[in-house]
Amino acid sequence: MSMDITSFLLAAQSPDSKIRTEAEASLKQFQEQNPSAFLLALSVELSNDGKPMESRRLAGIVLKNSLDAKDASRKEHLVQQWVAIDASVKSQIKESLFRTLRSSTQEAWHTSAQVIAKIASIEIPRKEWPDLIGSLLSNMTLPESPASLKQSTLETLGYVCEETSHEELEQNEVNAILTAVVQGMNLAQHSAEIRLAATKALYNALAFAQTNFENEMERSYIMKVTCETATSQEVEIRQAAYECLVAIASMYYEVLEPYMQTLFELTSKAVKEDEEVVALQAIEFWSSICDEEIEIQESFSDQSEPPHSRFIEKALQFLVPMLLETLLKQEEDQDQDDSIWNLSMAGGTCLGLVARTVGDDIVPLVMPFVEANISSPEWRRREAATYAFGSILEGPSVEKLSPLVHAGLDFLLKAMNDQNNHVKDTTAWALSRIFELLHCPASGFSVITATNLQPILGVLLESIKDTPHVAEKICGAIYYLAQGFEDDGTNSSNLTPYLPQIISSLIGAADRTDGADSKLRSAAYETLNEVVRCANAVETVQIIEHLLHAIMNKLSQSFDLPIDKEKQGDLQALLCGVLQVIIQKLNVDKTKHIILQIADQVMILFLKIFACRSSTVHEEAMLAIGALAYATGPEFGKYMPEFYKYLEMGLQNFEEYQVCSITVGVVGDICRALDDKILPYCDGIMSLLLKDLSSGDLHRSVKPPIFSCFGDIALAIGAQFEKYLSYAIPMLQSASQVCAQMDTNDDEIMEYGNLLRRSIFEAYSGILQGLKDAKPELLVPHAKHLLQFLEFVVRDKQRDESVTKAAIAVLGDLADALGQNAKILFKDCSFYVEFIHECLESGDEQLKDTALWTQGMIGHVIVS
Amino acid sequence: MPTHEIRRAYKRPAISDQQKRRELSLLRQQQNRFDAQSHARRLASTLLSFNQPPSSSSSSSEPHCISEEHDEGDEGDEDVYEEDNDDDQLQNGTQLNQIKDVRQASKLRGQESRRWFARQLMLPEWMIDVPDCLTLDWFVLARPAGKRCFVVSINGTTVSRQRNGSVLHYFPSALPSGARTRENSGSAQSYCILDCIFHEMDQTYYVIDILCWRGYSLYDCNADFRFFWLNSKLSESGACKPPSHYHKYRFSPVPVYNCDQSGLLSAYTEKVPYVKDGLLFYNKHAHYQSGNTPLTLVWKDEKCSQYVIDTDSAGKVPSKQQVVLELQSDGKVTTSDDPPVVFGCLDQEFLLKSGLSPGNLLRFSISDGGLTFVDGKLEKADLQYQDKPNRARAFADSYSKAISI
Repeated sequence: MSMDITSFLLAAQSPDSKIRTEAEASLKQFQEQNPSAFLLALSVELSNDGKPMESRRLAGIVLKNSLDAKDASRKEHLVQQWVAIDASVKSQIKESLFRTLRSSTQEAWHTSAQVIAKIASIEIPRKEWPDLIGSLLSNMTLPESPASLKQSTLETLGYVCEETSHEELEQNEVNAILTAVVQGMNLAQHSAEIRLAATKALYNALAFAQTNFENEMERSYIMKVTCETATSQEVEIRQAAYECLVAIASMYYEVLEPYMQTLFELTSKAVKEDEEVVALQAIEFWSSICDEEIEIQESFSDQSEPPHSRFIEKALQFLVPMLLETLLKQEEDQDQDDSIWNLSMAGGTCLGLVARTVGDDIVPLVMPFVEANISSPEWRRREAATYAFGSILEGPSVEKLSPLVHAGLDFLLKAMNDQNNHVKDTTAWALSRIFELLHCPASGFSVITATNLQPILGVLLESIKDTPHVAEKICGAIYYLAQGFEDDGTNSSNLTPYLPQIISSLIGAADRTDGADSKLRSAAYETLNEVVRCANAVETVQIIEHLLHAIMNKLSQSFDLPIDKEKQGDLQALLCGVLQVIIQKLNVDKTKHIILQIADQVMILFLKIFACRSSTVHEEAMLAIGALAYATGPEFGKYMPEFYKYLEMGLQNFEEYQVCSITVGVVGDICRALDDKILPYCDGIMSLLLKDLSSGDLHRSVKPPIFSCFGDIALAIGAQFEKYLSYAIPMLQSASQVCAQMDTNDDEIMEYGNLLRRSIFEAYSGILQGLKDAKPELLVPHAKHLLQFLEFVVRDKQRDESVTKAAIAVLGDLADALGQNAKILFKDCSFYVEFIHECLESGDEQLKDTALWTQGMIGHVIVS
Repeated sequence: MPTHEIRRAYKRPAISDQQKRRELSLLRQQQNRFDAQSHARRLASTLLSFNQPPSSSSSSSEPHCISEEHDEGDEGDEDVYEEDNDDDQLQNGTQLNQIKDVRQASKLRGQESRRWFARQLMLPEWMIDVPDCLTLDWFVLARPAGKRCFVVSINGTTVSRQRNGSVLHYFPSALPSGARTRENSGSAQSYCILDCIFHEMDQTYYVIDILCWRGYSLYDCNADFRFFWLNSKLSESGACKPPSHYHKYRFSPVPVYNCDQSGLLSAYTEKVPYVKDGLLFYNKHAHYQSGNTPLTLVWKDEKCSQYVIDTDSAGKVPSKQQVVLELQSDGKVTTSDDPPVVFGCLDQEFLLKSGLSPGNLLRFSISDGGLTFVDGKLEKADLQYQDKPNRARAFADSYSKAISI
């Protein structure tokens, strides 16, 4: 290739947009015409120390982006493209990359290390780069290797570990990597750069070290070196070593016992004396231990329980005072700046976790600190005391806490008048914690009584006018206060008399313009939503109806506000959210007429929102329309001619897959609202849904809702679904195949797998029931495939409960719809007998009942 | 990786209302889908929304209990006041016949609602001869004496309606959705329909059949299956427990036996906590069907019933056996069977004089001529018009009842 890639790479960074565009086009052309030569040229460019750094840098970026992408389907395409490249070209590229590791320019070898790891992530699972680890390790052992090569090699090993799953490497390779890494950390003769690279590599290699951590000698050696590294002279290395210790605490909790004394001494010293970046990691170590112990305590699995070493309980006497000290190290503006993470925040968070871990035992250790400081003249002490009090409210028992909270509530309410903003902010937060955790009338305990409710609300509704960040915390307090008074359908709510005031205060807060960002506004509206959800349905009809009109007014005014499009969209989203909640709330027999009265007006507003946006539809408006369709029922038909185009847009919105997914759900709502009146729109909807399914670009999470939606459509239009059968059934069958081939060991994949299975069953249920009366015979040819898939799913003992429910139902639907036609099929298999039995044994009434029905349906088919 | 990113919740309540709205929407859609599919499965084809008594809409948490008790004799002779207009009974009669779905029926109010419900019970025929395969295909149970009722629990109330559709009790019960308690709230879908006999003496509803449980229809299930379900569900629900604040009347299943010799003997002689009123026979394969059916039979004799023969309202045995028949527009008087069996024909002159109109129920006594059969079919009945029976009666007698007299 005679093309001078250097000049194109430089031109592609030119400030002149014309030159830039041309260069980009040429590079793209090169890439498309001959991808393997293009990649080779890039790797050579990167490796050549004689070339300008600018062209090498871009070469490296393009190379990385030619091997990996965030988008899954794009990534798969790139992987296939790499795999298809001629083997000799691939080895030339790798040679260039290895050569680059020896470069004197750090930026070049750094990029090369990343590119090698990307290639490794493709080739190691395919066993196509067997000598990678060996070649890297020889860089470490050859006596003539320069220090910079060892550094670049350790970095590469780290990236390779990060990019690769630990099952993919052989144990001897893991051993060799760990040896090289630990030696790199250890040897005093090594430069700080090498030790840092080695420590960072260890962090990535820890996940591979399971076998090594089982072996006491190897484990102790790794721990010894890591602890020594944690006391290095260089702060960056200490930080990296503590990051390793944090990772070890999560991954290897069960073998830490012998090292805890040392680790406790190290971390306490770091928290007290070391630089903040190191001290933060030392606190994080204890937070991670808490995470592990909380998880052990919360898991009720009857499998052999993981050992509980009670490290926190044992260290409690020393740990708590250490954490309380950190609380006094607040920064002036930490409440207003989201990017801040400091010692007092980390320490406070850890204190909360410790409380959740040990429960009652923390109370006597923290309360003296609270009492000694809460009335201090220094704001730092008052704030720290309030924070400490707020953070131990989750974990200890209600019995232990209730006298303290009863005694402290008045104090906190008064503290909302403190002169210091931090103190007020933390006090508001502590109040919201109290209402969240100690205000649950349904369970029989609440700090809020008929007598103190009024003074509490008095303080809250006054403080919601305070500075925006305090007001935002007050919204949180109102949120939980309302939640505790959730409508139980029987008793009158104590909150009802105050509701108009609460609502107008929240709207007042939402209308404020003094907040730097829109956080207060969204907190206020979201709290309003919870207030509406929890309001006593019988007592508050008029209040909520009034609110409905107020919000509709706000929405109609929002189109003319002098704010930019983005802010307008955010505001409309919040208002649509409130409307959605109100519509859902009022959608019961007694109040449905209110929704029907405003349906036209509100629908016009929603359509206006859609019309404002060119391509994307508004997720919140879509959700609200779903609720409206459910409420109005067949009446919704009159909006369809106008609304349909936005429905189409939503179904085509691949980029914002949440919008697509929600739109699919709304199609289901409309199906149930309109029944067969949806028929005229079905051709369009079905073709978009089928197109979505066959697109590689659609986020996979949208696929299950689409299958369920097939069922909704079939149920709505009955026999008219016939014409879509030949498209829908193959989709369902191939999705069943996908389910059958899933990796059952991967939790994330199985979570998706369960959604997919359930949705396939729901689709079949809708189709079977839809065609049952008119054309059940159309489904006879597909029954066997469905039964086989059912059998496959039933045999999976780890199947999700929701899958079981859908499976038992579709089994009955099959018998119900096909009747005598299914007789032979059912006689030929027996898996369902045991399955029905399993469901009948369940504690879930609905499942049991469906199972009995299914049993009856199959019995009917077989006996008659 | 900056580990503190996962600890960002510092002083921030973990509220994401948007996520909550999404999840609640998904939950709602999931529930709606389940309901729609259940409806298609006819599991919920009997969704009812009852005309509630006025007291139920008040915010009082006191469980309400309205009793409309009346004296009555044997089944069918309920002495309940009903404001019937004889003319529109016929008009609406045809309309009501067209309502197949209880959801439509639920829109009916007042007397129409009563009339509709009056048609929902399965009515046994009298056992005239012994069916084939009695021992294999039939169940037998000792029928409790009392008021036959259609008991429905829905939306936190339980309503019992007698054969003529009139309400016997509104009350709270431990049946699913039968009372307004927290644990029993459930959705509007989880209603129940039971076929019961209210036994006055121990104030207990004896359940003799089950039509719907937690919204699941059992109409299309055979008796075998229904009794199995009844026995497994009723006691689980707590409805068999003694009465309490939220459970006004006790429910009880009735022992059901196979129709073999020992089963028959048990049903016939075994002591039960209630007064027996004959034996009921259920064909194991039969579905629940409203109206008269030969797949449920009743037998009475002195040993197992104290109401072998009809009594009048004063409890005296009439000197002659009586039969209640429905007057048709052509003057024929017929039984309540489908198709009706003609017992005789009244002449025009008598009709004009008496002011009777089609649809009226008339009580006849059977005179000395009795009933004459040819080839097993009724050929002639010697009838003597007595009077109109109690206005609350909804039906004429069935053929099987008339001839077993």
